[in-house]
Amino acid sequence: MGTLYEDIVAHGGEVFGEEHMETLRECVQCGKCTGSCPSGRNTALRTRKLFQMALVDLREEIFNAPELWFCSTCYTCYERCPKGVKTTDIIRTIRNLAAKEGHMSVPHRMIGVYVLKTGHAVPIGADQMKLREAVGLESQPPTTQKYKEQLEQVQTIFRTTGYDAMIDFDWDAMNLKGMEKKGGKK
Amino acid sequence: MTEESKTYAYFLGCITPNRYPGIEAGTKKILKEFGIETKEMMGASCCPAPGVFGSFDMHTWLPVAARNLTIAEEMDLEIVVTCNGCYGSLQEADHLLKEHPKLREKTNEILGKFGREFKGTTEVHHSIVVLHDVIGLDRLKEQIKKPMNDVNVAVHYGCHFLKPREVRGHGSSETPYILEDLMKVTGAKTPEYKDKLMCCGAGGGNRTADSVQSLEWMRQKLVSAIEAGCDCMVHPCAFCHLQLDRGQAEMEQAFGVFFNFPILFATQFLGLAMGLSQKELGLDNQTTTMPDKLLK
Repeated sequence: MGTLYEDIVAHGGEVFGEEHMETLRECVQCGKCTGSCPSGRNTALRTRKLFQMALVDLREEIFNAPELWFCSTCYTCYERCPKGVKTTDIIRTIRNLAAKEGHMSVPHRMIGVYVLKTGHAVPIGADQMKLREAVGLESQPPTTQKYKEQLEQVQTIFRTTGYDAMIDFDWDAMNLKGMEKKGGKK
Repeated sequence: MTEESKTYAYFLGCITPNRYPGIEAGTKKILKEFGIETKEMMGASCCPAPGVFGSFDMHTWLPVAARNLTIAEEMDLEIVVTCNGCYGSLQEADHLLKEHPKLREKTNEILGKFGREFKGTTEVHHSIVVLHDVIGLDRLKEQIKKPMNDVNVAVHYGCHFLKPREVRGHGSSETPYILEDLMKVTGAKTPEYKDKLMCCGAGGGNRTADSVQSLEWMRQKLVSAIEAGCDCMVHPCAFCHLQLDRGQAEMEQAFGVFFNFPILFATQFLGLAMGLSQKELGLDNQTTTMPDKLLK
C-alpha cells in the first residue's frame, strides 16, 4: 500500500491507463467541479475538497466520508474541468479502494447479491412477467436469469476477481454473511 | 455503420426487460417499421451498471461487460441498447479493450475460463442514434400519423448518453441536439428549461445510497420542466425512466406530493406519434399516466 495518490494511479491505471489517473495532480482547486455538481447542490459532496484530501493522503477521512457515495457519476465536472482532471474516473477509483477496505454499505453490497443470484442488478419477478405479456413479449427474456449455465459464467468472474469475498457473500445461503454485524458499517 | 447492417443484437439489460418492457416492445416495433430487425442476446447479463459496479470494483465490472460484448461478437452483429447505463458500460468497455492490449489480454484470461474471448469485432450503438442517423429524420417524418404540434416536451438526455464525450462521440454535452431533432419530427416543441442538462439523480449508486436526497434532486428537475410549461419528459434511458416514473410514486411517499408528470422513453413518444396505442407501448402500465393531449 502506497500513498492514496499512488494507489489511485495503480488501481485505476490498470483499467484507464496511468496517465488518465495522474491528471489528479493537475488539480488547481479552482472549484469548477463543485460549482457544476448537481449533487453538491443538495448534499455535502465537494469534489474539489475530495481531490485535495486525496492529494494530501487523508485516506481514512476520505474513505469514511459519506459524501464519497453521493456522486451520481454524471460526468459534468469531467467535461468542464479546465485542467483535464479525469474527475469521475478518479472518484470511481477512490470508491473502489474504499470498498476493498470494507467501506461499502449493505444496500450497495446487496446489488452484488442480486447479480450473483440472477445475473441482473434488477431481476424479474412474476408481476413483471405479466407486464411483458401485456405488451406481447415472451414472459421471460433470454438472459442469465433464464439460463443457469450462462449465469455460472458471471459467477465465475465474481469468484475470480474476489468480488464475492469483498461483499462477504455466502455461497451456501446465496446471501450476505453476517448482515447484522456489518449493518451499520459504511 | 453500413447501410446494409439492418439487424442488430439487442442488449436488453435489466430495467428495460424486467421493469419497463413497453420500452422493449415499442423500440422493436418502430425499428421493424423501418426494416431493422433486432435479435436478443442469449445469456446476456446486467451490463453491469457503470456508476455502480464501476464504483465498487472496476476489475469485475470490465470482464462482465466484456462477456456481454462477446455474445454479440459471436452473433456477428453490432449492438443496440435502450438504456444509458448499458450504453455507458458496454461502449466504454469496448473502447477500453480496443485501446489497451494488456487490459484485453488480462480480461481474456478471465473469459477463457468459460471459453469466451473478446475479439473487438462489434460496436455499441444507442437506439436513438439508430433512429436519428441510420433511419434518418426524413423517413421518420413520413411515418408520423398523429402530429404532436401542441405538445411541449422537456427533453432529458441523462448522463452517459453524452458523456464522456471522448468515448460517446456525440459532440457537445452542453448543446446536444439529437433528442430535439427527434421530437421536432413529430411537430412537438422542446422548450429550454433550467435543469435540462441535469442528471436524474439515480446514478452512481446514489438512488440506493440515499433515496430521499436522490428524489429531491429529481424533484428539482421536474419542477423546472413544469415551470417552463412542458407537458411531459422524453428521454433515452431505461434507468432514468425508473427514477423519473417510479420515483414520482416514491416522491409522493417521501414529500407528500404527486406530480403525475408524464415520463416517456423516446421510442414510446415516437410510437404514439406513429399511431401505436399506449397499451402496445406499456404506457398504461406505469406510475405516471398519459394526458389526452398525447393520446388523441
